[in-house]
Amino acid sequence: MQNICSNRTVLELTVNNHPGVMSHVVGLFSRRAYNVEGILCLPVGDGDTSRIWLLVNEDKRLLQMIKQAEKLEDVQKVRRLAADDNLFARLESLIMA
Amino acid sequence: MTQAESPAKPERLSGAEIVVRLLERQGIRILAGIPGSANLPLYDALLHSKIIHHVLTRHEQGAGFIAQGMARASGQPAVCFATSGPGTTNLLTAIADAKLDSIPVVAITGQVSRNMIGTDAFQEVDTYGLTIPITKHNYLVNSAEELLKVIPNAFRLAASGRPGPVLIDIPKDVQLEQVDVVQWPEPGKADSNPPADGLLLAAAAKMIAESARPILYLGGGVVHSGAAEQARLLAEKANLPTVTTLLALGTLAVDHPLLLGMLGMHGAPCANLSMDESDLLIVVGARFDDRATGKLAEFCPQAKVIHIDIDPAELDKLRASHVAIGGDVGTVLEQLLPLIQSQERPVWQARIQALKTNSPLRLPGLDDPRSPYGLVRAVADCLDENAIIATDVGQHQMWAAQAYPHRRPRRWLTSGGLGTMGFGLPTALGAALAEPENTVACFSGDGSLLMNIQELVTAAQENVNVKVVLMNNSTLGLVHQQQTMFYGERTFAAEFTHVPDFVALAQACGVRAVNLDTAADPRAALAEALTSRGPCLIHCSINVREKVYPIVPPGAPNREMLGT
Repeated sequence: MQNICSNRTVLELTVNNHPGVMSHVVGLFSRRAYNVEGILCLPVGDGDTSRIWLLVNEDKRLLQMIKQAEKLEDVQKVRRLAADDNLFARLESLIMA
Repeated sequence: MTQAESPAKPERLSGAEIVVRLLERQGIRILAGIPGSANLPLYDALLHSKIIHHVLTRHEQGAGFIAQGMARASGQPAVCFATSGPGTTNLLTAIADAKLDSIPVVAITGQVSRNMIGTDAFQEVDTYGLTIPITKHNYLVNSAEELLKVIPNAFRLAASGRPGPVLIDIPKDVQLEQVDVVQWPEPGKADSNPPADGLLLAAAAKMIAESARPILYLGGGVVHSGAAEQARLLAEKANLPTVTTLLALGTLAVDHPLLLGMLGMHGAPCANLSMDESDLLIVVGARFDDRATGKLAEFCPQAKVIHIDIDPAELDKLRASHVAIGGDVGTVLEQLLPLIQSQERPVWQARIQALKTNSPLRLPGLDDPRSPYGLVRAVADCLDENAIIATDVGQHQMWAAQAYPHRRPRRWLTSGGLGTMGFGLPTALGAALAEPENTVACFSGDGSLLMNIQELVTAAQENVNVKVVLMNNSTLGLVHQQQTMFYGERTFAAEFTHVPDFVALAQACGVRAVNLDTAADPRAALAEALTSRGPCLIHCSINVREKVYPIVPPGAPNREMLGT
C-alpha cells in the first residue's frame, strides 16, 4: 500500500503568527491549481511566529513555489524537508492506528 | 519633519488622525478617493490637513489609477482612499494593474467596525481576502496603535525591492479609537539594495565579451530602478543592439543608433528578427512576458541568457538563464560596467544594419494627422520631451507605442501586464496632478475611454492639463482585428451599434473638445488644443479597417510576424 508521502515532499515555513498568514500561503498554491495534500500549523515559542508544514506533490513547479513563498512578507524562512522523515507519515500512522 | 521626535507630552489622537499625520510625514501632498460610511472618520481627519489636497473622483477605480499616474510619473508611492464593500471592490482593478506592472501604490480602505466583521454587515466585504493575490502585501489593522507601524511599513514595502501595491484595511472603530502618541515613527522608505555577487558579474562580463551576436533586452525594471543611464552606458560600451519591452519604451532614446525598437507581438520586425539570430540575451529588469516573447519555446532559440532582476522569483521562472543576477538593476549595471570590454563585432553590426534597413517598423500615413500613426506623430510634434504620454489599451496603445518618439523614462504610462481598458484617463489625471507644469497627452480609444469616462468631470474639476486624444473607430479595435485575422472574419460584439457624441459628452462634463474630423486645418487645431492649458478632448475618427502591424499570431513564435 502506498504511503501518503510517496512522491511527495514537505515544505516547512516559519511565518509571522497572525490570522491572515495561512491565506497568503495556501493562496500561492490554489491560484496555480497546485494541490496541498496536507497542512499542519503550530505556534512556536512565545507565539509571535508559527511553523507551517505543507505536504505537496513533487512537481516541476516546486522550486518556483518555494521562491514565491519566500517573497511573502510574513514568511521568514522556507525549508524543504527530506521526504522519508516527516510529521505527516507519523500523523498518518497515528490516525490509522 | 523627517526626524523621529518626542513631543513634550503625548498627543491624544484618533486612529484616523494618526493616519493623516503619518501620510503628511510620508510627504503625501495629493491623494484621490471617495468617502463612504466606513471611512468617514478618515475624511473627517483629512478635512483638517492643511497640506494634503484631496481629489474627489467619480469612481474608486479612477482614484486607484490617479494614484498610479502619480506613482508612475514620479517613482514615489502614491495613495488612494476608498470605503468598505463596493468602494473597495471598485478599486480592485487598479490595484491588480499596479501589481502586474510593479507600481508603488498604498491603498487605504475603510472597513466595518471590528465587532461587525464577519456578520455580512452593510457594505462589508472580505477586503483582506480579496486583495491577497493582487497586492504585494496587505494589512487588516487591529488597533490604532498598530497604525504607527503599519503605515510606514506599507510605504517601505511598496517602494522596496520590486515595487508594488500595498493595501491597508482599517475598521471604522479603529479609525475612531483614541490613543496617546508619544513618538512618531520614521517615514517608511525603500530599503537599500545590496551589491551583487562579484563572481556572477565576472561571469556575465565574460559571456558578453565572448558573444558574437548579443542583444540587450530592457524591461520595466530599468524604469523602476532609475537605471536608464546605466543601461545606455552598457549598450554603448559593449556595443549592444538594444530592444525594449512595452513598459521600457523611453529607457533608450528613440534615435539612439543602438536601438532596434520594441520587441514582441507588435514590435519592430528588426527587433524580433535580430533576437531570433542572437547568441546572447542580456535581460535587464524584464520578465519574459508572453506578449513580448511569443511562443516561448521558440523565443531566441540560439541565445544564452544573462538575467538581471531584483525579484529572485523571476529568475529562471520562464526561461532558464546561464547567469542569473538577483539585484537592483541600476546597482548591478553600475558594478558590471567597469568589467565590460569595448567591442566592435563588425559582422553582427553589419547584420543588424541590414535587418534595420530591410525589416524596419513601417509607419504608413505619417503625413496624415487624421491617420493612426500620423496623429500620434502630429501630437508628438506639438509636445516637448517633458510631456507625459498615457494610453488606454487597444490599437491606439500599440500605434502610440510604435510611432511616438519616446526619449526618456517615466514619460510613458501604459498598462502592460494587466492590459486594463479605462487606465488612460485617470492615470493621465494623476500624472498631471503630480506634474502640473507639464502637458499630459492620453491616447485613448472609444472602447477604453467609456470605461472610465466619468473622470472627465474630475479633470474639469481639477483643471488639469490633460489632453485626451481619442481615436474613434466605434469598435473594440484590437478585438475586431483579431476576429478579422484569426477567426475567419467572424466579427462579433466588436462593433458598437450605438456610439455617443464624444465632443458633446466632453462638453457636458465641462471639458473643452476639438473635433479633427471637421477642422479645416487639423494640424493647427491640434497644436492649439495641445498648447493651451487645461483639459481638452481631441476627437479623431479612425477607419475601422486600420490595423496594428506587424502582428505575431497568438501562439506563434516572434519570427512569424504578419503585415511586415
